[in-house]
Amino acid sequence: MFYRRAGLRHTRYTQDRQLWPLPFDRFLLGLAIVLLVLAPAFLPSLYIGTYLMPWLLWTTATLGLNLLMGVAGQVHLGYGAVMAIGAYGALHATRSGVPFEFALLIGGLLSAAIGVVFGAAALRVKGLYLAISTLAMQYLVDYVIIHVPAISGGTQATLSAPPVRLLGFALTGDSAYYWFALAMCGLVTMFMLNVRRTSYGRALAAVREKDFAAEIIGVSTFRYKLSVFWVSSFIGGVAGTLFAFCYYKAVTPEQFHLELSIQMLATVIVGGMGSVLGSYFGAALILLAPVVLNNGLAGLAKGLSIPINADIAAHAPLVLYGGLIVGFLLFEPLGLAKIYANLRNYFLVWPFRHARR
Amino acid sequence: MDYYLIGELSINGALVGLMYSLVALGIVLIYKASRYANLAQGAFAMTGGYLCVVLAQMLGLPMWLAVPLSAGMLFLLGMLVERLMLRRMIGQPIIMVIMLTLGLEILLRGLIPGSMGSAVRKLDLGIPQQPLFIGEMLINRAYLVGGLVALALIAAAILFFNSRVGVRMRAVSDDQIASWSVGIRVERVIAVAWGLAGLAAAAAGILWGSVQGVDWTLSLLLLKGLAIAILGGLDSIGGVLIAGLIIGIAESLAAGYLDTLVGGGTRDVVASVIILLTVLVRPHGLFGREHIERV
Repeated sequence: MFYRRAGLRHTRYTQDRQLWPLPFDRFLLGLAIVLLVLAPAFLPSLYIGTYLMPWLLWTTATLGLNLLMGVAGQVHLGYGAVMAIGAYGALHATRSGVPFEFALLIGGLLSAAIGVVFGAAALRVKGLYLAISTLAMQYLVDYVIIHVPAISGGTQATLSAPPVRLLGFALTGDSAYYWFALAMCGLVTMFMLNVRRTSYGRALAAVREKDFAAEIIGVSTFRYKLSVFWVSSFIGGVAGTLFAFCYYKAVTPEQFHLELSIQMLATVIVGGMGSVLGSYFGAALILLAPVVLNNGLAGLAKGLSIPINADIAAHAPLVLYGGLIVGFLLFEPLGLAKIYANLRNYFLVWPFRHARR
Repeated sequence: MDYYLIGELSINGALVGLMYSLVALGIVLIYKASRYANLAQGAFAMTGGYLCVVLAQMLGLPMWLAVPLSAGMLFLLGMLVERLMLRRMIGQPIIMVIMLTLGLEILLRGLIPGSMGSAVRKLDLGIPQQPLFIGEMLINRAYLVGGLVALALIAAAILFFNSRVGVRMRAVSDDQIASWSVGIRVERVIAVAWGLAGLAAAAAGILWGSVQGVDWTLSLLLLKGLAIAILGGLDSIGGVLIAGLIIGIAESLAAGYLDTLVGGGTRDVVASVIILLTVLVRPHGLFGREHIERV
């Protein structure tokens, strides 16, 4: 009933192939866009800066990893390192006087250049071996960043990011940063929505399904594997730069440790591999769940006056991440995107369930 | 050149490497049986260390009882994980299994220190502190005991493959469907492999716990274990032994000679470098079987 299909007649191929053929989907999308754009008008700025903006930034990064894992089927356990490279590259660029617009590109390109090296391992091995070698590269990048003072400014150093000036305007206040993050996230989302409908995306899908079979039908796995690492690392570098400039306003090596890589991976799995909408859902769940859990624990401790052990409180987020990953893989391997799809399928025919094909 | 220093670093490094290879032994056992890698092996080791501490200190059991009891509990944990989690994942893509075991690692890393206390605990196995002298070389007694125990366990694992269950495990690692058709219970063999991996992890956790104290950092043994398993070949028990020696000695020499040049921390990066070199030069490792894919 909600997703009404009656009376829809597609008379041209372009109508049939559009991204959202159902009017109700388009309505929901429009509603979401309007709400997101107008959010600073009706939400307190604290919520914008601490929940909505990080959510959009995390989603941007997740989309980049999702291109690699969901669309091209490669495993990457070192995405945090890729983002760190972008963040540090852009930071040093702006510190030496490069305008932010170019610094963002420099961060992305630097990440892409080094990210291709991660991809070199993918040419040689795949699956488990690829996971382990990207894990090793994460450690190597962390080591280099921490131990080269020219990059990190010395051990335990925090480099603060200069305020962002965009096309001559200084971004002031949380809402300006928020709109900037929203625009970047929208750009990446549009790219991700369309990439699977291009020949490039179809070649990636062939590589995902069986790489040597793709090679035999003429899809150069060498080219496509390297290029997908390039593109995804570029997005990762841009996202890392945005993390540093918009959210943290500073860079330390700890922000981009293995923890972040695992968090990204968890987001992709929880959201649903290869799903754009799922990346939004996954980022929301992974970011918000620890907050809700901590508030819940604190509330429980206060309400029932049970002292919650500090050890338990400190480790609760880890338990939650692990539990979410294991739970989703066991019970809903296609993630939140699949749960939404089930709901949508249900409401597609809702009062007339017997009409389902 | 200072030969005594090289000798001392090499011998201690080799013993440390043997202790690392206990973690790798579990990874290899599981990979041999099921073609899946267990990325939760580090967390298993941590759990083993914690259980031993809890049994010995909180419940006051003597050490000779606490050690085998915690090893037995880890054996059960391994089998339980296989039964409840891994068996449901049969037929899923490999990335799902990798993520599942990684999720388990995170879960255990939160659950165990969260419920049993995150402060470093001392685990005293009764090994004397003072070092052993060979000529002018100092050898850490804890490393010596740990290395010998590791050596014994790896030797036992090699002998185990000649036993009845071991022969079945070799058959399963060769071809699961063929083993099924001749009446081997493949899932039971895989469960035993997980149990044995838990056992090896418990040994690693207890030995390392007695050296550096028991806390969550025991789970970082995972990277060393992975490096050893990759270098030796993921399906070779003998490879674990050789690769463990190589990585232990390389780490120790790097820490002894390079740390002063680059400002510390080389010990932790050796494993990563070795993983990358192995993957680029010889992906199936020194003794592993080459995996051939056909369309």
